[in-house]
Amino acid sequence: MSGVAADVHDVGGPAQPLLIARDLFKHFHVRGGSKSARVRAVDGVSFTLFKGETLGVVGESGCGKSTLARLLLHLVTRDGGELIFDGEPVGAPHGITVAALRRHVQMVFQDSYSSLNPRMPVQDSVAFGPFVHGRRKPDARRAARDMLVKVGLNPDLFGQRYPHELSGGQKQRVNIARALAIEPRMVILDEAVSALDKSIEAQVLNLLRALKAQFNLTYLFISHDLNVVRYVSDRVLVMYLGRVVELGPSEDIFTRPLHPYTRALLGSRPSMDPANRIEEPPITGDPPSPIDPPSGCRFHTRCPFAEDVCAAKSPELGAWLDRGSHVAACHMLDAGSGHSVAPA
Amino acid sequence: MSQTASLPVRVRFDDDAPPALRVRGYWSSVGYRLRHDPATLFFGLVVLLIVLAAIFAPLLAPFDPYKESVVLRLKPFGYRGHPLGTDELGRDLLSRLIYGGRSSLLMGLVPVCIAVVLGGTLGVIGGFAGRRVNAAIMRTMDVFYAFPSVLLAVAISGAMGGGMANGMAALALVFIPAMCRVAETATAQVRSLDFIEAARATGAGTFTIVRYHVLGNVLGPVFIYASSLVSVSILLASGLSFLGLGVKPPTPDWGLMLSTLRQSIYVAPLSCALPGAAIFVTSICFNLVSDGIRSAMDVRL
Repeated sequence: MSGVAADVHDVGGPAQPLLIARDLFKHFHVRGGSKSARVRAVDGVSFTLFKGETLGVVGESGCGKSTLARLLLHLVTRDGGELIFDGEPVGAPHGITVAALRRHVQMVFQDSYSSLNPRMPVQDSVAFGPFVHGRRKPDARRAARDMLVKVGLNPDLFGQRYPHELSGGQKQRVNIARALAIEPRMVILDEAVSALDKSIEAQVLNLLRALKAQFNLTYLFISHDLNVVRYVSDRVLVMYLGRVVELGPSEDIFTRPLHPYTRALLGSRPSMDPANRIEEPPITGDPPSPIDPPSGCRFHTRCPFAEDVCAAKSPELGAWLDRGSHVAACHMLDAGSGHSVAPA
Repeated sequence: MSQTASLPVRVRFDDDAPPALRVRGYWSSVGYRLRHDPATLFFGLVVLLIVLAAIFAPLLAPFDPYKESVVLRLKPFGYRGHPLGTDELGRDLLSRLIYGGRSSLLMGLVPVCIAVVLGGTLGVIGGFAGRRVNAAIMRTMDVFYAFPSVLLAVAISGAMGGGMANGMAALALVFIPAMCRVAETATAQVRSLDFIEAARATGAGTFTIVRYHVLGNVLGPVFIYASSLVSVSILLASGLSFLGLGVKPPTPDWGLMLSTLRQSIYVAPLSCALPGAAIFVTSICFNLVSDGIRSAMDVRL
């Protein structure tokens, strides 16, 4: 893929993107299926995460959002592609190790209960990270208590409690504290607020925003909730069946979506303003199976504008250069693709 | 909201209901719950008495448990200073019951402890490693599982020869597959949860994750199962003794006494029931105490 920073080994500096993902692949074997049957969970995803930004990742269930998150942390090993953290390739001989990556990138999971050890007081869960990274236990516990304060939980009241004694919002704040305890530079929020009540969700989002400013963090914010993504993200990446279909600044995506899938996705959102109706036909049915995805453009089976070229040829995501670039993988935008709507 | 003062943007949370103060640490709260559980305390006391009686048997037993007498066979309770009468060889029953606790408790506890350590370790390894390692361990265990436990115990101790140590080894081998399966199931359940993944994302190694995040969650089920095996172990041991494997006569042992007194059931039914009652009381107390301890240790109750 083209368009990312010219010299990827340029370490540091504000211009160096924090994370560059290039052509990431992850195909899972299908249990009981034939040898060739594979779930193409992530199928050639490339994007750049700039320092200090919040990149929203949206898409339907099963489009590979969570697998992408796990790939970035090496919780699942990638089958192909390259990951460059602050100019250093991850896992390459001359780059940084996976362990070093995990020192800098942390993750908050959707299920706030199962992401805390039920038999560990929450302050010990938070202290686990610093402890693993070589701090002595009392020291790690002190750091954990400080971090609990930062997420708005009084450690004297909550530190000794077990996860089942906390509310969903409190648990998720503990999870945020756990992720931040080892002072990462980047946090992956995998549906981190999706399971919360709306009022609590807003409070946690505000907390995340405050923490981001305080610790100079970069967020990868994965969600299926478009309104939340619009609220928190600087840029948005739209995924469909393991591929990136559109990438651009948040406001551009929400006001001028380029890809028919993005338009349909936005059209599925209930509008609060009767004058602001979205005229796009809504998409129907479930996404096709990622085991045997459609040929060409993955979306052509559900796209109202699909033509022969869409089934024959896979559209390329245009080259993006900086934070302002807005690109989409669609033949209708690509001059010379052969699509009737395409610019001449 | 003084605790949010450090935030650049003040964030307030609706769900910060003032919680009840909780100042106790883990072990002191376990102790607190145990002290407020009279049933567990009572049965714990009984277990303690049985264990103490076995340890201090020479001080407590009124007679020599090996001293036989032709004239005093199968005498009733209280006969000539024998509080619980005598057995079929004229030996004092109370003394034999007190001494019998020694081998019975050993045969009940030692094989279970061995099985917890070995079977539990194998199960955690298999459950956490998954895939091939798990398949290799669990299929091997299934081979042992295919035999009825009594038959397996008899076969192993028969092959290794009689004696108490071999009997214990045989029983341990019988319990290891079951213990392994309990540990494996509990580990596999925990392994797929997000907090394990979160720990891995923190950069923790496998050993650290198992040590801090898996063992605590596996211990409960293993503990319960182990406690139920203690009574099974005592009974299986008595079966082995009955067949001439395991404890050898004239050593006093509850299982052995049960099988030798069995022939006198029509002559002295009460004497015959005594070793059985001892096994029953011991095993039920072990079960209830371990259940109580488990509840006290469970942070979710």
